Amino acid sequence: MQRYLLSRLLQSILILFGVLLLVFFMVRATGDPARLMMPRESSQETINAFREKMGFNRPLHIQLGDFIWRALQGDFGDSLHFKTPALPLILARLPATVQLAAGGLFIAVVVAVPLGLVAGSTPGSLWDSFARFLGLMGQSIPNFWLGMILIVIFAVNLNLLPSFGRDEWKSMIMPCFVLGLPTMGALVRLTRSAVLEIRGEDYIRTAYSKGLHPNLIYSRHVFRNTAIPLVSVIGVQFGYMLGGSIYIETIFAWPGMGQLIEQAIGWRDYPMIQAIAFFTSLVVVALNLFTDMAYAVLDPRIRYRR
Amino acid sequence: MTEASLPADKSSGLLIDEARGFRQKIIYLLRLLWRDKSGMIGLILFLTLIFLAVTAPWISPHDPLQQNLRASRLPPAWSEGGTWDYPLGTDNLGRDLLSRIIYGSRVSLTVGFFGVLIAASLGMVVGLIAGYTGGRVDSAITGLINLILAMPYLLFVVFIASIFGRSLINVILIFGITDSPIFARTTRGEVLRLRESGYVESAISLGASQFRIIFRHILPNLIGPLITVATFEMSAMIFYEAGLGFLNLSVPPSIPSWGNMLSAGRKYLTSSPWLLTFPGLAIMFTSLGMNLLGDWLRDVLDPRLRRVKK
Repeated sequence: MQRYLLSRLLQSILILFGVLLLVFFMVRATGDPARLMMPRESSQETINAFREKMGFNRPLHIQLGDFIWRALQGDFGDSLHFKTPALPLILARLPATVQLAAGGLFIAVVVAVPLGLVAGSTPGSLWDSFARFLGLMGQSIPNFWLGMILIVIFAVNLNLLPSFGRDEWKSMIMPCFVLGLPTMGALVRLTRSAVLEIRGEDYIRTAYSKGLHPNLIYSRHVFRNTAIPLVSVIGVQFGYMLGGSIYIETIFAWPGMGQLIEQAIGWRDYPMIQAIAFFTSLVVVALNLFTDMAYAVLDPRIRYRR
Repeated sequence: MTEASLPADKSSGLLIDEARGFRQKIIYLLRLLWRDKSGMIGLILFLTLIFLAVTAPWISPHDPLQQNLRASRLPPAWSEGGTWDYPLGTDNLGRDLLSRIIYGSRVSLTVGFFGVLIAASLGMVVGLIAGYTGGRVDSAITGLINLILAMPYLLFVVFIASIFGRSLINVILIFGITDSPIFARTTRGEVLRLRESGYVESAISLGASQFRIIFRHILPNLIGPLITVATFEMSAMIFYEAGLGFLNLSVPPSIPSWGNMLSAGRKYLTSSPWLLTFPGLAIMFTSLGMNLLGDWLRDVLDPRLRRVKK
């Protein structure tokens, strides 16, 4: 167990180091980071002065060492737009995004898991058809488009829900639902197929043959084992939502990190984008590590495997 | 094609391998497809998309770039103020929406097809190397794959796209490269499974060369799973391309693409919602079609699933 956790921890650190390198080299991939970060119409003098100021004229390995050293201390440089350190700006936006993603995940789990369980236990039933339909739609509907359509329907025409902002609980409904929709689809599919697969396992047949009541078989054996694949994807889904929040926050003017990225791209504020990319990866990696730990606790097969 | 040429036992699920010859296999597949209505719908949607993309210049009622400011933001023909001259209405510059959607299918299909082609080629080579060599090489490659798959994908795609600028080639390359780990993982898993299989073992014991084993016994068996993954990934790429377009990060604004149309239409969200509705529906039906097709392909091409699903 300890060995497993230790190796997962090491792996996570390695991933974050890889992200750091990627973020560093990506802004240099076009050859001139100064030109990338300055407005298109800047004169050569301003670009040169900016290059000097940012230290882009130093040898690459020195820049990299400096970047990593500062990143380890939580310093990702100053935002070019706000002229203040990037990290506090991001942290200020974090609660809004976490609220949105958590709300989306909540809606997705509450709808998808019971539906998937029922669908998987009764293949071919009406519930099963509905689950398959929802699974398919979650995968096929562009959720940012649906968000705008819902704004037209529920905010503009029916005047039921606010179309933007984060002022009241009602303003959470649409963004959370829309952000959670792809995850809902994925979770329905996963839950359904997990139940179908577990139903065919040897231990279920054993449980039947020893005369256990089907209700007990489902509650004790089938549903409990379904939790294992579910827990393992929730980290991945949360990461997916943090990326998807770029679209949803832009549409609903939700003051979170996603909106900040969209704005930062417009401002060419790459130090900020670098910081957000790294920070989001940190959150996702930490979450994956956490779910893997939960996984190991839930499933002894993982715990004892080497 | 008569009933008699089918195997007698229908309940066991039809196995392609039972049919001999290429032509028979194709007929067999079509027969299977006919039985699965959702797969059929998927195929029809997919073929419609290809048809639209190929015949765009001939079936579009207007030039997608032709502006007509006197006829700007006309609603669809069936609503008040619309005309059948512009069946789905016009955008803010008076360009015909239907023609733009038809032309937009070209961008989506190009990005999806070439993106998947690059991702699959890259991923297959990497996955083959990892799965076949094993050992340290395998651990290193698997580690790298896990690294890439553990990152918030959409965020990095947006980040990278914003750096390299708006062009079709860039979009294709970004998706082609960032999506290759999925193919590499699938290939590696399949290779590991195949390497342990009886017929590869027999081939080794008969003294077949590495080359022969890879090209004769492993590669052909990779095609099925990879085609299935490719269908799903193509759908995802079409989806994500539209997302990038929406953020003004995909192809240049002069090219009609579904994402660009959504981005432009957003400004007229309340006054002219049809500018959003139709491009979105186009994305949805494309994605739906490919997902249905992918589900069906997975059931048919994966012999293990075929056995389970009765």
